[in-house]
Amino acid sequence: MSNEGIATTQPQPDYLAARGFRSWAFTHDHKRIGVMYLITTHFFFLVGGVIAMALRLKLLSPGPALFSDHAYNVLFTLHGAMMIFLFIIPAIPSSLGNFFIPLLIGARDVAFPRLNLYSYWIFVVGVVVTVASLLRPIDTGWTFYTPYSAQSSSAVTALSLGLFLVGLSSILTGLNFIVTIHTMRAPGMSWYRMPLFIWGMYATSVIQVLATPVIGITFVLLIAERVFGVGFFDPAKGGDPLLFQHFFWFYSHPVVYVMILPAMGIISEVIPVFARKPIFGYKAIAYSALAIAFIGFLVWGHHMFVSGMSTPAAVIFSFLTFFVAVPTGIKIFNWIATLYRGSISLDSPMLYALTFIFLFIIGGLTGLFLGSLATDVHVTDTYFLVAHFHYTMMGGTIMGLFAGLHYWFPKITGRMLHEGWAKQAWWLIVTGFNVTFFPMFILGMQGMPRRFSQYPEKYQPLNIVATVGSWFLFLGILIMFANFVRSLRSGARAPDNPWQGLTLEWSVPSPPPVENFEEIPTVTDWPYGYGSRSRSGRDE
Amino acid sequence: MPDQSALFGAEASLASGDVDGVFLFILAIAGFFFILTQGLLFYFAIRYRRKKGEEAADTPYITGNQTLEVIWIVIPSLLLVAIFAYGLFVFIKMTTPIPGAAEIQVTASQFQWSFKYQDGRTSVNELRLALGQPVKLIMTSRDVIHSLFIPDYRQKQDLLPGRYTYLWLLPKKTGTFDIYCAEYCGTGHSLMRATLIVMPLVEYDNWVQGERKKLQAGTLSLADRGKALFESSGCLGCHSLDGTPKVGPTLKGVFGRRVQLADGRSVRADEEYLRASIVEPNEDIVKGFQPIMPAYRATLKGDDLAAVIAYLKTLQ
Repeated sequence: MSNEGIATTQPQPDYLAARGFRSWAFTHDHKRIGVMYLITTHFFFLVGGVIAMALRLKLLSPGPALFSDHAYNVLFTLHGAMMIFLFIIPAIPSSLGNFFIPLLIGARDVAFPRLNLYSYWIFVVGVVVTVASLLRPIDTGWTFYTPYSAQSSSAVTALSLGLFLVGLSSILTGLNFIVTIHTMRAPGMSWYRMPLFIWGMYATSVIQVLATPVIGITFVLLIAERVFGVGFFDPAKGGDPLLFQHFFWFYSHPVVYVMILPAMGIISEVIPVFARKPIFGYKAIAYSALAIAFIGFLVWGHHMFVSGMSTPAAVIFSFLTFFVAVPTGIKIFNWIATLYRGSISLDSPMLYALTFIFLFIIGGLTGLFLGSLATDVHVTDTYFLVAHFHYTMMGGTIMGLFAGLHYWFPKITGRMLHEGWAKQAWWLIVTGFNVTFFPMFILGMQGMPRRFSQYPEKYQPLNIVATVGSWFLFLGILIMFANFVRSLRSGARAPDNPWQGLTLEWSVPSPPPVENFEEIPTVTDWPYGYGSRSRSGRDE
Repeated sequence: MPDQSALFGAEASLASGDVDGVFLFILAIAGFFFILTQGLLFYFAIRYRRKKGEEAADTPYITGNQTLEVIWIVIPSLLLVAIFAYGLFVFIKMTTPIPGAAEIQVTASQFQWSFKYQDGRTSVNELRLALGQPVKLIMTSRDVIHSLFIPDYRQKQDLLPGRYTYLWLLPKKTGTFDIYCAEYCGTGHSLMRATLIVMPLVEYDNWVQGERKKLQAGTLSLADRGKALFESSGCLGCHSLDGTPKVGPTLKGVFGRRVQLADGRSVRADEEYLRASIVEPNEDIVKGFQPIMPAYRATLKGDDLAAVIAYLKTLQ
């Protein structure tokens, strides 16, 4: 397809036309707000990544090297807190979700555009408070377990406040999306005609609204504990340190599904487009997102099998945990089945989508060892857990995000990415990722605990392998970002529909006009009608 | 049976073999699904790949298959129940009291392990057990949460302040094994390590007799008394005796050494310097270290203080 972007330009200006600080800072346009989130969150992705590189560099040596143990502990806390709270939780929902939910359902904006803008600025204030608090070193780990967090650096109070605000922003965004999806769908778009990304975002938003208040309450209790000396978690005052862990994981486990469900939504969009096949098992994929969101609320205790929680509780949590694996498996099987007899084009969005499946299978299967009581006792709190987590979150969520960024970059910016650069970066990222994180499974099985700034020498060889891998991974990510920046200026003009997708965002110009749709479309079919209907029938 | 020690470490306790059994069982199931799913993923991606520049082929309109959905819900569910049940069985076995187990009290503190045996013997960062003799560890923490982890035993349990948690161990192999803290506990977390020494029963009994004699001798020298106080006060958590800096400076050869302070001064470590550094440690911070040592003004007084200093003098 040639450059038709200019030829099809509507009389309406595109959403990027207005210039100046105020046109961004006070915008109600969901697309601009999405772009602002995109830039803010990815800034922290890069900062968190640089910190990770420093951590890996130190771990080249088992002894005291490079910087002190205290500095190491501060840096891994920063890496975790930034990546989780400032990047991976908001990255897909707030940026791509904001940008594409209205476009995919045929709406002109979200239900509450002004609230959307407030959410962004609450997020920014939260980020500023969080970052300011981090200037005074915090070394509690991103999990803030009491009693350690109740007695270490006083900056924990400010940090809790910052994260409380970030959480408030997520709640408001989730609420906004739920209302938008319920009330703003284009005529004819029944629930079963919604793109699967919308199902994923819907399930995500429900979790955001229900779970985030709990971490908010937990941070308030932590502040009360520190400032007023109330002993919620202090055994000397009749409190219970395990209570904190229950509160913390009641939020932080469901929230891993906030991280993964939007990515799964992206995969469900990308695979059919590039395989030219209808998505296999639409309803199964849609319902499994809701099932994951629901069961995800009942399994938080699997983080605590060795914490001193009672045995019956551990048994129940282990049993329920295995049932999160079922809906996850359903999605994997359906995606793979979609490829069957397709006409698969391995463009960069598809490469990342297939990488997601490849890595997430490993992440998911290794979760079985952590869900089973007997083996969890051995591998929990070791590098096995670190590897599992990074395979699901980086191999999963972030690969899904990368797939989405490559898929939608033409729509967001009006420019095509350089495909050669994208593939170079992809090779480095896939190779580097596996060389970095696979050895950690073995390190964990051999007993190397996580959060160790110094470690016994027998673990050194595999640590060296992991560190070398991290250089390739980091280089790949830098090339990917360089490609984004470069293509903004010199990329080829993007046509309206570079991938021949059937979802509604491809029916408007790239970049979309301010109002999205000149006329609200009427939807008459589901968005996955690829392939030839004469060759076989739809069985539902 | 292949040797698994390369992957898991030694099979050194009753639990290790059982846990490795569950591990291999899950590995077999996970391996099957790994090969199945990745195999199909790669096969489809290559087999149905569109050549560069080629128009999209005419693909069939397949939207799902009820039978397949049922198959890949039911079969994995049954296997998951099997994994759960096997893991549960071994977990219950691991956490069931072993009859006749000797009790050992374990107290964790930042950043050391203290063990107290039934006959009153105590040790720091070293746990000695007899081969084939079960023990029950009754564990608590003096400050934050720690976790006692013996990789070769495949066992791990958190220690909490203000309550007891338990571990049952049955050593099956003599030798020396690592004990780590697996729950992040602060600056010295990664150095909070201890050694587990398992001896044949006869050798163990001899060792116990020797230790008891030392205890009963009663007339301890000032330095020996200082050593006991030094160990029970938690000093080893942060200070090494072999010259390596940990969270705090090493105490090897500390007496008489010139000490570089953070504020630029340099002082000689005499008795008064050592005394001041114990009762009010954050007045003079050694260069390159954090002011995190608790003050021992209330805990070490008079003779005790003198005893500890006498012991420090012996560390040349």
